[in-house]
Amino acid sequence: MADTFELSHEALNGLFAALRKDGRRVLAPVDSDGRTELNEVESPAQVAKDYLQTILSAKEVVFPKVERLLSYTTGPGKVELKDPEPKALPTVLFGVRPCEAAAFGALDAVFNWDTRDSFFNARMAQIAVIGLSCTKADAACFCTTVGGGPADTRGSDILLSPIEGGFLAEVLTEKGRSIQALAPELFQDGRGIDKTAVKLDKAFDQPALTAKLPGMFDSALWVDQSLRCIGCGACAFVCPTCVCFDIQEEADPKQGQRLRCWDSCGYRMFTLHASGHNPREVQSQRWRQRIYHKFSYYPERYGMLGCVGCGKCTRACPVDMNLREHLVETSEMKA
Amino acid sequence: MEALKQKAKDLLERGEVKAIVGYTKGTGDIRRPYFAQRPEQVDGLVLDEACTQNLATYATKHEVRHLGKLGVVALPVTQRALLQLMAERQIRDGDVIVLVAEEGNVEKGNVKELASAAALEEHLALKTDVMDEKDQELLAKLNAKSREERWAFWHRELSRCVKCYACRNSCPMCYCDHCTMDCNRPQWVPVASHDLGNFEYHVVRAMHLAGRCVECGECGRACPVGIPVHLLTFFAEESVHRQFGQRAGHSAKLDYALSTFRPDDKESFIR
Repeated sequence: MADTFELSHEALNGLFAALRKDGRRVLAPVDSDGRTELNEVESPAQVAKDYLQTILSAKEVVFPKVERLLSYTTGPGKVELKDPEPKALPTVLFGVRPCEAAAFGALDAVFNWDTRDSFFNARMAQIAVIGLSCTKADAACFCTTVGGGPADTRGSDILLSPIEGGFLAEVLTEKGRSIQALAPELFQDGRGIDKTAVKLDKAFDQPALTAKLPGMFDSALWVDQSLRCIGCGACAFVCPTCVCFDIQEEADPKQGQRLRCWDSCGYRMFTLHASGHNPREVQSQRWRQRIYHKFSYYPERYGMLGCVGCGKCTRACPVDMNLREHLVETSEMKA
Repeated sequence: MEALKQKAKDLLERGEVKAIVGYTKGTGDIRRPYFAQRPEQVDGLVLDEACTQNLATYATKHEVRHLGKLGVVALPVTQRALLQLMAERQIRDGDVIVLVAEEGNVEKGNVKELASAAALEEHLALKTDVMDEKDQELLAKLNAKSREERWAFWHRELSRCVKCYACRNSCPMCYCDHCTMDCNRPQWVPVASHDLGNFEYHVVRAMHLAGRCVECGECGRACPVGIPVHLLTFFAEESVHRQFGQRAGHSAKLDYALSTFRPDDKESFIR
């Protein structure tokens, strides 16, 4: 059971100041040239008002779009390898939606599956998440269908839920308590206050969908659904759980660096073999892969879903591939 | 709307086309691309002011081409792109049947069927062809900036790029099977989405579209992070227009300005 407190709007100013004094940067959704982005802020006044979600996800903080894994210089008869400087800064992610907070678990499942990924872990160790419950949802949202909720606490160290005059703060983890300890006077007793969040009905029966997917591999549905897909990576790159990456070497005869870059299973090149053979030759196979990876392979391999129902992919898609709608349609198909 | 549905249904029933590429109702108020492959599917067709996407992109997409001959519900931008695709020999004259709403509004006017490049050219010649006012303003604003300010503007905007290639993949003129960006022997352009990789990509794309961009703005609409990338290709297209006097998407027999040599070229260095 979490400790619950009341945190007023004024108290939030003090909390931001205390966090910064403690040497932590605060990243929060801000309105940046008309777009909601996760950027560094100094005070709560800079935080976007009334946002639904940021365009990109909080994933970029622990799994950036480009990460240098190593660099080297070469000379006559020698190679000098250099580990990159650790760039993991003490960071508080403020105002992260519960769906995105939950997504850190799905990232962790892959990055610590066999080899423990030191880059991801170094960054994870340095972040604390102050989540913010949702007071609204749109036609792309379906967190409640995939085990989450608009006020779900998973992945947050402190979860704030808007109440009159401020927030109800649930302090959930050790990291959360360490934040509270920076300014304990700001947290007033909040026991007995109800948290409220937007209501969101389930869109489909997810366990039933996961159970039927293995029998639908050759369904014509994937061709139908993906006909309009243009095969870009927008969905994967805004997704808080998509983890695919590509290793790129940028080198000249004297020096080089090895980079990890975001990649997408929606790209034709993603599975193209050196021989020219491509096991996922057409877009329908790639679209199916996306669905199966999140709703079949993830549960099978990690015992969790690879989707948190945030709806970012739907909002980002240039051709309106609405994931929720496609999953509902898949659920309704006779197996 | 009924006229369009009827026309689409007739074409499918007579077997003249295998699929109609049009629009249907999408999430909320937006419209999305739609493929009617059976006569009864034409009921899903919608054509109104909320339809914006350039559907010519699908005319070169393998999965869609595979369906057979297409009928395309075409906005002016789609019509221009189809003509340009013919000029670049990516589709043949007569490969697609173009369905257009007369007076631009399907509720008011009839639906015309344009089955040849000549019919398309004639139809487009009647259109006053100006860029979106908002885009004209944005371009003018950018042009009024100093070089340093423009650099700062694009540096800020392109820092947002994640190289998802939504701009490339949504573009009707970016039809290459193997894009320069995907070449890795040699690797012409860095894959990584760092400053250099982003700048090189967008500059190369703008250069590749100079004289070929039909100014539909699809790339800018497609960008998930809201970068007005279309202004780069618009700028390149406009400068080709100024210098060579021709625009992409007006004729199925257009020689590409940047790779065509004429003996009477006004520049002497080329002779």
